[in-house]
Amino acid sequence: MLTILFDGIAYGMLLFVLASGLAVTLGLMNFINLAHGSFAMAGGYVTVILVNRLGVPFFASLPIAFLASAVIGFVFERALYVHVYKKPHLDQVLFSIGLVFMSVAAADYVMGSGQIFVQIPKFLQGQFEIYGIGIGRYRLLIIVICGLLTVALQFILANTRFGSRLRAAVDDSRVARGLGINVNWVFALTFAFGSGLAGLGGALGAEILGLDPTFPLKFMIYFLIVVTVGGTSSITGPFLASLLLGIGDVAGKYYVPTLGSFVIYTIMIVVLIWRPQGLFSRAASR
Amino acid sequence: MAVALETINLVKRFSGIVASNNVSLQIAKGARHALIGPNGAGKTTLINLLTGVQRPTGGRILLDGEDITSLSTNERVRLGIVRTFQINQLFNGLTPLETIGLAVSERRGQGLDWWRIVGSRPDLVAEVVEILERFHLADVIDKRTAVLPYGKQRLLEIALAIACRPRVLLLDEPAAGVPEDERHEILAAVAALPADVTVLLIEHDMDIVFSFADRISVLVNGALFVEGSPEEVARDPRVKAVYLGEEVADA
Amino acid sequence: MLPPPIAIRVATEWLAARARWQPLEVGFWIVAFAAIWLFPDRHLILTEIAWLGLFALSLDLILGYAGIISLGHAAFFGLGAYTAALLAKYEIINEPVLALLVAGLAAMALGFVTSFLVLRGSDLTRLMVTLGVALLLRELANRLGWLTGGADGLQGVSIKPVLGMFRFDMFGHTGYAYSLIVLFILFLIARRLVNSPFGLSLLSVKGNPLRASAIGISVDGRLIAIYTVAAGFAGIAGALLAQTTSFASLEVFSFDRSADLLLVLIIGGAGYLYGGLIGAIIFKFMQDYLSALTPQYWPFWIGLVLVVIVMVGRDRITSWTAPFRRIASHLNWRALARHVAASSSERR
Repeated sequence: MLTILFDGIAYGMLLFVLASGLAVTLGLMNFINLAHGSFAMAGGYVTVILVNRLGVPFFASLPIAFLASAVIGFVFERALYVHVYKKPHLDQVLFSIGLVFMSVAAADYVMGSGQIFVQIPKFLQGQFEIYGIGIGRYRLLIIVICGLLTVALQFILANTRFGSRLRAAVDDSRVARGLGINVNWVFALTFAFGSGLAGLGGALGAEILGLDPTFPLKFMIYFLIVVTVGGTSSITGPFLASLLLGIGDVAGKYYVPTLGSFVIYTIMIVVLIWRPQGLFSRAASR
Repeated sequence: MAVALETINLVKRFSGIVASNNVSLQIAKGARHALIGPNGAGKTTLINLLTGVQRPTGGRILLDGEDITSLSTNERVRLGIVRTFQINQLFNGLTPLETIGLAVSERRGQGLDWWRIVGSRPDLVAEVVEILERFHLADVIDKRTAVLPYGKQRLLEIALAIACRPRVLLLDEPAAGVPEDERHEILAAVAALPADVTVLLIEHDMDIVFSFADRISVLVNGALFVEGSPEEVARDPRVKAVYLGEEVADA
Repeated sequence: MLPPPIAIRVATEWLAARARWQPLEVGFWIVAFAAIWLFPDRHLILTEIAWLGLFALSLDLILGYAGIISLGHAAFFGLGAYTAALLAKYEIINEPVLALLVAGLAAMALGFVTSFLVLRGSDLTRLMVTLGVALLLRELANRLGWLTGGADGLQGVSIKPVLGMFRFDMFGHTGYAYSLIVLFILFLIARRLVNSPFGLSLLSVKGNPLRASAIGISVDGRLIAIYTVAAGFAGIAGALLAQTTSFASLEVFSFDRSADLLLVLIIGGAGYLYGGLIGAIIFKFMQDYLSALTPQYWPFWIGLVLVVIVMVGRDRITSWTAPFRRIASHLNWRALARHVAASSSERR
């Protein structure tokens, strides 16, 4: 059972890295970006190409995946997203769905429609046992990397100038502009960073989650659950929501396989009815 | 004195701030009662509590003796307590004809009628047109609210509340934001309200307050500070002290 | 200023004109019905346009008139489809029209139950809750494979003749006439509804729910009512799909269906009832054309269309449908007043 817990924690932390960019974007620009998963998919495919086809070492491909997704995110933000910020939510939904469809079809065209796995290094394969708990090596790596990232994120937000500018812009972008903070740059860099994290998550997650062109669609609901249940006013909210979701999903599929994702969807609906602003956020002002 | 609207120890707390502090207010039937106080005194919060837009943390609200504390906003409107908003809250895509028509048809219980075409009841249309003419809106009857000048929108704001035939009418700064030359229409409309309608008026403009009200309550920091006739309140040195730098009209 | 009796007549006339059938509308339906005889070789695609138009009409009721953004409207569509298919397969109800009504009622029941979920919360919450319900149903249909046929879909469905007389054929002749008549009847109901005081109250709820409740309207009550009705319409659309194709599969619940539906409505424009119908026509022909061009990758072009529509601006895109929109706002009040005054003085 503790193995389930371990797997769930790994899954949850992976979800957190994947979804954290979305949480910040939603909290910062109040923009519903359903295409977030596309950036994750991009990172995954970049890693696949680098490792499987070009023989780049796995650990070297991770930062490249991050950078690639960050750059793609930056370009899209400046070229397209910036024009849609002020539009009503319906337009944002339509726009991001359009991007999802385009990215899914493009991935299908370029990479084929089958599920692809990354050739992870030998020493990361398999598992070992501690006190009877099966510890998957790859999953342990995920926990370590994602844990470090979470700590780094918290540090950046709380202790750096960029972090305080970001928090100011999230709280009230008009006042932040008035204080001389270049909110446009904050948006652009944050979006790029969030996309980069998604790409990194996609690269790490390809092995566990499976990578195919429908990735953005399959996992859209999971990212959305993380940000709505966890709220967007802190890092800890989405973090806890991701862990809950990860453990819940793994445990649910193991103990009650006949119900599958049924449990997750039902819990999500119940939570959203009970507390529409999320389990962990302060009262929503928007 | 028949009491139309009464609050008993009304309290509203928001995370540490006490917006309404044990407010016990009695408004007589047919009264022209004004609520004044410095900015941030909690006047709009009180209106929100009275109309059900916000729930009190404690205390009760009675309308004609009936406890309405747990009722929703629209239920309270059905019982006869209606408000206007300090910043216009109108239906920007609808015309004054449709807007007032909606209020009248809801009041008559025909709001759920999904089969009849809007405007097929001549007596309803007659009432709507009469209200629009009374509020000098007949010349813009077919224009979308969004394109109306602010003064006309403000008149529509008040006409909309009147169309609900309230027993108690809460006016939140009716002349706010209206240019000087358009104010008299607003004030005339307020002065022309039927005598049996109880009116609670929030205002900052003391000229309006003293020409309109027969009773004044002063709210400071969420609590009732002073209450009395206009003469009594004007003479009270504590009131002058609270309004530092503001003119208080001579009685 | 007009003296009151004339002003009242002008106001009445203005409101009546607001709901009157425009010539373009009449033309639209004449062409739609004439297509039964004029384009017999296109009946299959026309049938699809008919139920897709009905589906989009149902979304317009909640999106265009009540302002609820739903990413899971396929839930009701799918429930209607499976209900109709199952009723036919197990010969519980053999007459298609009756089965259609039952399917509609089932979808309405689901709509009523889930309407409470969309009353509270932000746009994002509503989006997620509606999406969640549709995904839930899809998962449920997947798990109940013994009933629904699972991933392969429900096989062995045969639909009996409509009213015992009109057999469904493989060219879609009966299918189109049947679907068009159902669409038209439901359209008439919807048209009546949106031009009624209830419909006006929906617009007020969409525009300013705070003020709507401040004039005595129960916002929750109106939303529940229209959501339930719209769910029923969507269920009937799904039933039409099942009955005209004798098939139902899991993808009736899919996200793709709900997303495509949004596109259909947006192409034509929301908020004036014809947007869904016009959008269905354009979407189906576009899909037909693009699938022939690039069978596997046509979602790319659909996605591109969506992105372009948003970037250019929804209003600019749909301004070409202005002739179809209610022209009441262009009605000349003064001309109307003169006309009414003239006709009343004639009678003296």
